[in-house]
Amino acid sequence: MTSQKEKPIIEVRHLFKEYRIGMDKTYKTLAGSVSDAARHPVKTLRDLRAPKDTFQALSDVNFEVERGEALGVIGRNGAGKSTLLKLLSRITYPTMGEVIMRGRVGSLLEVGTGFHQELTGRENIYFNGAILGMKKREIDAKFDEIVKFSGVEKFLDTPVKRYSSGMQVRLAFSVAAHLEPEILLVDEVLAVGDAEFQKKCMGKMGEVADEGRTVLFVSHNMNAIERLCKRCILLEKGSIVQEGSDVSQIVKDYLYPQKEGILPSQWINDGNEFQNPWFEPKKMFVTDSFGNPLSNPISNDQDVWLQIEGSIETPDPALDIGYVMYTEENATLYWSSLYDHEESKWPVFSQGNATLKTKIPKRFLNEEIYKIELYSSLYQRMWIIEPGKYSPSLNLQIQGGLSDSPYWVERRDGVIAPLMEWKGMMKD
Amino acid sequence: MGNSTMTKDTPDFELIIRPKYGLLDLNWRELKEYHELLYFLALRELKIRYKQTAMGASWAVLQPLFTMIIFSLIFGGLAQMPSEGIPYPLFSYSGLLLWIYFQNALTLSGNSLVENHLLLSKVYLPRLFIPTAPGLAGLVDYAVAMIILAAMMVYYQFMPTAAVFLLPVILLLTLLLVAGMGYWLSAVCVKYRDVKFVLPFFIQILMFISPVIYPSSILGENLQWLLSLNPLTSLINAHRAVLLGHAPVDYPGLAMSAAITLLIFISGIVYLRQTEKYFADLV
Repeated sequence: MTSQKEKPIIEVRHLFKEYRIGMDKTYKTLAGSVSDAARHPVKTLRDLRAPKDTFQALSDVNFEVERGEALGVIGRNGAGKSTLLKLLSRITYPTMGEVIMRGRVGSLLEVGTGFHQELTGRENIYFNGAILGMKKREIDAKFDEIVKFSGVEKFLDTPVKRYSSGMQVRLAFSVAAHLEPEILLVDEVLAVGDAEFQKKCMGKMGEVADEGRTVLFVSHNMNAIERLCKRCILLEKGSIVQEGSDVSQIVKDYLYPQKEGILPSQWINDGNEFQNPWFEPKKMFVTDSFGNPLSNPISNDQDVWLQIEGSIETPDPALDIGYVMYTEENATLYWSSLYDHEESKWPVFSQGNATLKTKIPKRFLNEEIYKIELYSSLYQRMWIIEPGKYSPSLNLQIQGGLSDSPYWVERRDGVIAPLMEWKGMMKD
Repeated sequence: MGNSTMTKDTPDFELIIRPKYGLLDLNWRELKEYHELLYFLALRELKIRYKQTAMGASWAVLQPLFTMIIFSLIFGGLAQMPSEGIPYPLFSYSGLLLWIYFQNALTLSGNSLVENHLLLSKVYLPRLFIPTAPGLAGLVDYAVAMIILAAMMVYYQFMPTAAVFLLPVILLLTLLLVAGMGYWLSAVCVKYRDVKFVLPFFIQILMFISPVIYPSSILGENLQWLLSLNPLTSLINAHRAVLLGHAPVDYPGLAMSAAITLLIFISGIVYLRQTEKYFADLV
């Protein structure tokens, strides 16, 4: 290219998108609107001028994307990621601000939009391609490639209503994957389907990024973001809170919003919290089998011990201590209590400092960030520390060491990833 | 890869997305870029229609044919409706041919945006094309139904005059009228869902104020201006006149109709462009 510095391929300036709350719930009827206006002319006029209840899906978003860059967009549900993509792909329009795009835009927000069940695979390839912005001669040129990638050669002249849903998705993705825009907008919806299909999608995405095309990638799949994107922005409540090329750091900050950036694998009482005579927690942390403190991330090939320390002033035989394990999505994975075993194994406490240890077995949790919350109570009488309210907590970030098998090295779907025993035998 | 020509041809291509655009700020470049999509939309419209109905293409013939027979029995036979000196079946069919094209295309066009809500909320394409496609697709049905008219003209021994060269102009104007009304109605339908139910009624009334089953001469001289406000009046009259050659073409009326049609067409584009920004938020 020229020596002159190129303008960024995407410029987003002071972008705002506002939705009216309640507007979308019911469709308006013309008859209703007219009769309302006729019956309550004053109210209608006042309503028109009155400020509406609004929801800011995006507020003052600014960023630029250079040609050939792969930018990841992350954030929680409702942070504005999808709205941003919808604005960039002109499905909806901003309330304020502007976007400048210097290249042909293609978006993969939804696979198979415009597929018509009555039409054949061949017809749908052309129609879908045209919807995605391809020209007929482009589709002609890539037709064989598309068909081959999808693997539906035999059913090309069958209406797609006779296809299995898997075949439809494959065909739709093949069309979309052969789109060659300069700017590609991708939403994570692509990551539906079975593992093999996901891999195929990811492979294609990587290819696109390697070819030097500009990709804007929205996903919840942090592995994919880290793998594909050289730069990333983190959205929170419609604003960019972090932006930069240290993708893994931003991903971490997103997964656990903490100033330091490292997930706390310990909790220490600052001295005046949770004061009570029965059990006052002082410290909670995780160690390996030898008692050495562990810090996140933790490999899944070792047992992890949760150590809880606290002081007891008034011993009570009903004292129950335990923890609740939460998944990344804040769903309860399980509860565990020191009373879970037979009575003979229950510890007996006296006045003084108590230490409790409990094992979280290796190869039980998945590659994920879990939260452990301490709870304690007087059995059947009262909560001392109630989980889900405000209680001591720490994070357990499991990474790697899923198994020793060469076939199981990547994260599998699921909230846990237990290594189960298998036996195989032949009948005579 | 073979298709990276875009970058070379258009190094300074800029697409600016802003909350508002001007009244007639059409992106011609983009319409040109996507023009094949319009063709595909029309083609899809046809294919689906012809595949979903058991009778396929014959439907395009049967609808005007049966309507003509019924009208001939009731209006031509029982009511003794005047028909500008030509056999009533021929009179009504030549009107129905254009009318049924208009009616079917407008119904489909008016509902097109709501029906294609997935296209609106999931992908970008020039929205203008969606209500335009039914008008284009309908021309094929029109051509098929024309065969019957040709047969009837042979039977009744009518020959088109040289004025038949005007037929493409009349069809183009009808297409623009359908498209323009379709832009208005489809955009209103997105916002107000009850319009959908009013639409057939509206179209029915339109037929009765157009000279489909009666000649416009049955209204007295002093009421002709009323009929001429309806752009369909001159279109249907001219359509009949150029095909059957039984009467001269009313050029001033056709010009007036063209003006109103263009007004509806252009204002329809403006209205659709102004409202399309919120379609995805509404559907």
